Amino acid sequence: MASSSSSEGEGRRAWVPLASRPEFAGVTPLPQDDGPSPVVAIAYRDDFRETMDYFRSLYSSRELSPRSLLLTSLAISVNPANYTVWHFRRQVLEALGADWTEELEFTEGVAKRNAKNYQLWHHRRWVAEKLGPDAASRELEFTRKIFCLDAKNYHAWSHRQWVLQALGGWEDELDYCAQLLEEDVFNNSAWNQRYFVITKSPSLGGLNAMRDSEVDYAIEAIHANPENESPWRYLRGLYNDENEAWLNDSRVHSACLRVLKAKRNFKFALSTLLDLLGLGFKPNQEIKDAITSLRTSDLGEAGSDSDLANSICSILGLEDPMRANYWTWRKQQASSSS
Amino acid sequence: MGELAGDKHVKYILSVEKKKDSFESVVMEHLRLNGAYWGLTTLDLLGKLDTVDSNEVVSWILQCQHESDIRALQNEDGSFSGDIWGEVDTRFSYCAICCLAILKRLDSINVEKAVRYIVSCKTLDGGFGCTPGAESHAGQIFCCVGALAITGSLHHIDKDLLGWWLCERQVKSGGLNGRPEKLADVCYSWWVLSSLIMIDRVHWIDKEKLIKFILDCQDTENGGISDRPDDAVDIFHTYFGVAGLSLLEYPGLKATDPAYALPVDVVNRIFFGRCST
Repeated sequence: MASSSSSEGEGRRAWVPLASRPEFAGVTPLPQDDGPSPVVAIAYRDDFRETMDYFRSLYSSRELSPRSLLLTSLAISVNPANYTVWHFRRQVLEALGADWTEELEFTEGVAKRNAKNYQLWHHRRWVAEKLGPDAASRELEFTRKIFCLDAKNYHAWSHRQWVLQALGGWEDELDYCAQLLEEDVFNNSAWNQRYFVITKSPSLGGLNAMRDSEVDYAIEAIHANPENESPWRYLRGLYNDENEAWLNDSRVHSACLRVLKAKRNFKFALSTLLDLLGLGFKPNQEIKDAITSLRTSDLGEAGSDSDLANSICSILGLEDPMRANYWTWRKQQASSSS
Repeated sequence: MGELAGDKHVKYILSVEKKKDSFESVVMEHLRLNGAYWGLTTLDLLGKLDTVDSNEVVSWILQCQHESDIRALQNEDGSFSGDIWGEVDTRFSYCAICCLAILKRLDSINVEKAVRYIVSCKTLDGGFGCTPGAESHAGQIFCCVGALAITGSLHHIDKDLLGWWLCERQVKSGGLNGRPEKLADVCYSWWVLSSLIMIDRVHWIDKEKLIKFILDCQDTENGGISDRPDDAVDIFHTYFGVAGLSLLEYPGLKATDPAYALPVDVVNRIFFGRCST
């Protein structure tokens, strides 16, 4: 496996054996008990082995002291995913009466090395809970920093949603989603967050109140990049459980028509029209013509597909051959319902 | 198209002597039981489980056993925590339900509440996230669909809608991603594929192209499979690549159960074989 040389190098240069450190005097290291026949045995590095031997010792004697806190920091730096260490750290913090702000800084250090560590995020949430609503803005700022490096970090989004619901801070969230989408309109996490905000934010009035402006927002994104899966799904989601309204909003099928006329990246426009047809949509001649004009010569005459839905499925089968079986199935569905 | 370098992968898995200097070996330290599962299941799928000493493995695993009660980890709303320390995620719903089903003790939790919680994590595109409101993610989808499959609750899923979302994960290279506009990764050959199979929609992807993608992720010299072509290999992706090929009925591999992520003959033995203590 590839090794991460820079982080290893730093750790080793600074390493002073725990046996030589006065703060750990009197601690008897406890070696790992792998049983008589270890399986998947790992050849540990010396600093790792020593750190964990000392951790085991303090953990088994339940010593909740400042040096235990230090040891958990060391153990976390050699293996940030060891959840036993994190759990023990929380016990120590509670026993000592922690400085929660300092603890947040500690987690930020861990996040710098790996922002996708589950234990880190769980610990962060635990600390934020201790601080309560006052922590909201700092937590939102923390996740914002993570998103600057990786705008789709799933853990960070999960944390941010928890913060909003448990601690508050909704006021600027819609603007933040807009900002992220300006930076990358293909960011599906940001689209998901936008939906989360318009449906759950106490300061916005809910989905019904927001639907109209959001339809315009989604359609604008669609026209900028019709091949972008997210705004199409978002648009559909705005009309979740509202098929009549979905059918009757002329902006939707007009948007599809405009994409079809451009004759490129029309897959989602066609599949949206297909969905609408399935719900009883009656397209005008302009839409019918736009669809027909997308038929390539190998598809034969327009009359060879029994109706418009069939025609769409034929076109999509060629346009999106990887999912040919899916479009064939859609064609069968369309035929059986007509 | 290339071929599955089965013998090389067996050699790779068995060569578990990690280098002392390897960062990854240390990070994997807490994942040794996981590593054992990924390695052993891959060997079994390749028909080479006899290359390990099963007595040694069993006694080591029993050493790792710890007194804890899955039932106690179910919360009021039906969700599950990962451990007594409280992190909630639909991954744990799957783990709890899968383990209890294998132990034939599903009756010891509130299955209805568990199902209701999972259903509350359904997203507007038909998929599932880690918690209600979270983004659809193929890994979480596998956990939720698997849990619903095991508890006989697949009727809660809009299979057509989810099936489409899942088959849209296949990108130009033939590989699968886990969310829109993300990179393809071999492990999604498992999360997406098993989900599609559980909802009877696997024919909606291009199987040949996916097989080619997985085979391109092999290290045909030293064995092992990586997340995408030319990256470093690891046991995790080796397992999911081979399991994915098994789901795609690649010749020479044992069949895999999509819900339990175990060889079908193992699942059959658990549920239909003789009772063992």
